[in-house]
Amino acid sequence: MANASFVRTEMIQPMPPPPSTVGLTGWVRKNLFATPGDALLTVLGIAFILWAGPPLYNFLIGNAVFVAEDGAACRVENAGACWAFIWDKMNFFIYGFYPAEEQWRVNICFLLGALLIVPLLWPAAPYKAINAILFFLVYPVIVLVLLRGGMFDLTYVPTEKWGGLTVTLIIGLVGIVCSLPIGILLALGRRSKLPIIRALSIAFIELWRAVPLITVLFMASVMLPLFAPQGVSVDKLLRALIGVTLFEAAYLAEAVRGGLQALPKGQYEAADSLGLNYPKAMGLIILPQALKLTIPGIVNSFISLFKDTSLVSIVGIFDLLNTVQASSSDLRWGSPHQAVTGYLFAAAVFWIFCFGMSRYSIFMERRLDTGHKR
Amino acid sequence: MTAAAEEPHRAAPKSSFFNDPVIRGRIYQGLVLGAVALAIALVAHNTAQNLARQNKTTGFDFFFSTSGFDIFFTLIPYSRTSYYWEAFLVGLLNTLLVSVLGIILATIIGFVIGIARLSRNWIISTLATIYVETLRNIPLLLILFFWYFAVLKAMPSVRESFVLFDSVAINNRGINIPKPIFDGSFHWVVIAFFVALAAVIALRKWSIRRMEATGQRFPLLSTALAILVFIPGVVWLASGINVDLDIPHLAGFNFRGGISLPPEFVALLVGISLYTAAFIAETVRAGILAVNRGQTEAAQSLGLKESDRLRLVIIPQAMRVIIPPMTNQYLNLLKNSSLAAAIGYPELVSVFMGTTLNQTGRAVEVVFITMLVYLTFSLLTSILMNWYNKRVALVER
Repeated sequence: MANASFVRTEMIQPMPPPPSTVGLTGWVRKNLFATPGDALLTVLGIAFILWAGPPLYNFLIGNAVFVAEDGAACRVENAGACWAFIWDKMNFFIYGFYPAEEQWRVNICFLLGALLIVPLLWPAAPYKAINAILFFLVYPVIVLVLLRGGMFDLTYVPTEKWGGLTVTLIIGLVGIVCSLPIGILLALGRRSKLPIIRALSIAFIELWRAVPLITVLFMASVMLPLFAPQGVSVDKLLRALIGVTLFEAAYLAEAVRGGLQALPKGQYEAADSLGLNYPKAMGLIILPQALKLTIPGIVNSFISLFKDTSLVSIVGIFDLLNTVQASSSDLRWGSPHQAVTGYLFAAAVFWIFCFGMSRYSIFMERRLDTGHKR
Repeated sequence: MTAAAEEPHRAAPKSSFFNDPVIRGRIYQGLVLGAVALAIALVAHNTAQNLARQNKTTGFDFFFSTSGFDIFFTLIPYSRTSYYWEAFLVGLLNTLLVSVLGIILATIIGFVIGIARLSRNWIISTLATIYVETLRNIPLLLILFFWYFAVLKAMPSVRESFVLFDSVAINNRGINIPKPIFDGSFHWVVIAFFVALAAVIALRKWSIRRMEATGQRFPLLSTALAILVFIPGVVWLASGINVDLDIPHLAGFNFRGGISLPPEFVALLVGISLYTAAFIAETVRAGILAVNRGQTEAAQSLGLKESDRLRLVIIPQAMRVIIPPMTNQYLNLLKNSSLAAAIGYPELVSVFMGTTLNQTGRAVEVVFITMLVYLTFSLLTSILMNWYNKRVALVER
C-alpha cells in the first residue's frame, strides 16, 4: 500500500509581497501618499518645485551667459546669470591685488597646502606625525616667507595687497590652527581645581562668547594699536587674525569642555592610580577620549569660523566676499544680474568648504567610533 | 608577617616642598596671576602713553554733547541736535527691535522646517533638508548682502513700484505698508482684551481642578478662543469706534502715509530670520528625536489619545532638550544683528561703534560700553536659562 501521508521535504517559496507595497509603486505609496494629508503635501511640494524649478534652471543655466567680452551680452532682455563676469574676475577673486608677476608664489602655497593636507586627512596615509609637523609648523612659515617676500630675492608684497580667496583661506587656517590649542588650554583651565586659574578661564571664555565677532574685530583694529608699545605698529591682517583666533578659542573651549565633562570620573581616577602626572594624564588618557567625543562640536566651530572670516571685510580687508562685493559695481560688466551672480559664486565657494568639513567630520566620527558607547 | 601591619603609622617621608600638590598649585596660580597682572599693567601703561601722545582726552562726558549726525530710522524722536546718549539709545532700540522681530520669525520658520524635515513625506523632508544644508553653510554676511544689494536695491524705482492689494508698495527705497489709526476710545477694546485674558486664565485653573477632582474634561481651547474673540468684539461694536487704515499713496517723489520700512531693515530682518531658522530647525529636529520611542508607546498603552500624547508626554520632554540650545540661537541672533553695520542699518554697533567712535575718538570708552551691553544681554539670558534648567531638570533618585 502506498504511503498516504505526505510530508514536504523542501521549503515552499514565500509568496511575493502585494505589488502595492514593493518597487516604485510601493515606495511612492509609502513615502508620498500614505495619508490624505500626505498626498496634499506632496501635491503642494510638486507645485512648488514646478513653480520655482524652471525659472531657477533658466537663470542659472538656460539663459545664463557663459562666454562674453563684457557686460553687453548680460544686459539683453531675459538674460540669466552672467558667469562670464565671474570668469573674467577670477584672478581678482583668488589673488586680490597681489601683483600678477608674483602670483606664482600664491600658487605654490596652494599646491603645497593641498599636497600636505590630503595625506593628513586621509586615514590610510603613512607618516602622520611628520606630516602634521610639516603642515602645522613648517607650512605656515613657508607661506609667510613666500607671500610676504622681502628675503631670498623675493619682492616684498605688503599684506594690504593680499586678497581674495587667499586671505579667506589664510584667516580660516590660521584661526583653526591657533585657536584649537588655546581652546583646549582654556577648557582644561575651566575644569581645573585651582580657583584662580578657573576664574580667569571662565572670565575669558564668557567675555568673548558674550560679544559679537564684529565688535571684537572693531576692537582689534581700533584698540590693538593703542595697546602696543610706542613705535610698534600691528599689521591690519594680523590684528584681524588675533581677533578671530581669540574669539574662536573661547567657543572651542566650550566645545572641548563638553567632552571633558562627558568622560566618566573613573577615567580620571584610573589615570591618577597609574601615577601619571597632570600633563601625562591629560595627554594620554583624558584628551584623546574627550576630543573624540567633541569632534562634531569642534568641526561646527571650525565651520562657523570659516564663515565668520567674511566679517573681516567690514574692517577693510579684501577677503573673498569683499572682492566679490567690490567687483559687483564694475561698470564694464554692468548688468542687472551682476551682483546676484557674484554672490552666487561666493556662496558656492563657502558652501563647498563648509559642507566638505561637515561631511569629513561625519566620516571621522564613524571611523573613530570604537563602539564603547556608554 | 604581621610586623608591617603592626608598625606604627609613620610620618610622611620628607620630600621637597615642591612635590606637595597644594603648594605647587599655589605657585602655579601665583605665576599665572602675576603674568596676567603684568600684561594688564603693560597694556594700560601703553594705552595711557599712546593716548597722551595723541593728545586725546578720556572720559564719558561726550555722552552729553551734541551728536550732529542724522539717523534715518529711529523709534524715539531724534535729530542732529540730540545728544550722544540719545544716539546710543536709538541704536540700542533698533538692535532690540530687529532682534525681537527676528526671533519671532525665525522661531516660526524654524519649527516648520524642523518638523518638515522629520516628515515621512519624501518631497517635504528633502526640500527641508536642502533649505537647512544650504543656509547653514553660507556666511550670514553674504545672505545680508544678497537681500540688500541684489534683491531690495534692485527693486524698481518709486514711480514703478510693485503695489500689492492696492496697499503695500515695494520699491528700491523700501516697503510701505498700511498703518492702522485708532480713534480715541480704542483703549476700551484693549481693556476688554485683558479682561477676557484674565477670564481665560481663571477658566483654565477651574477646569484643571475639576478634572483632577471628577475626571471630567472641559473643551478649554475652543472656549478660550471664543472668549478672547467675543468680549473684545462686543466692546468694539458697542463703542462704535472705527479703525482707519492709513494707506501709502504716491505723492511727489515718494510714498506718503503708512509705515515705511527702509530696505536696510527689511534685508536684515529677512536675512537674519532665514539664517537663524536653519539652526533652529536642527535644534527642533534633535529635540523631537531625543524623546525615546518608549515614551510614545507608554503613552499609547495608558490610553492617551493622539493630542494628549503630544501635549502631555512628547512636547514637554522635547522642550527640555530644545530650549537651552534655542536660547543660544536667540542670543546668536541678537549678536548677529550687529552685522547690519555692513548694510547700513543703524543699530548699536553701526551708530555707536561706527559713527560715534569716529566722531569722538573715544575708542576705549565706546568699545567698553558696547561690549558691556552685549555682556549684559548674555548674562541675563544665562541667569534665565539656569533658572529654567533648574525648574525642568529631571528629578533623579
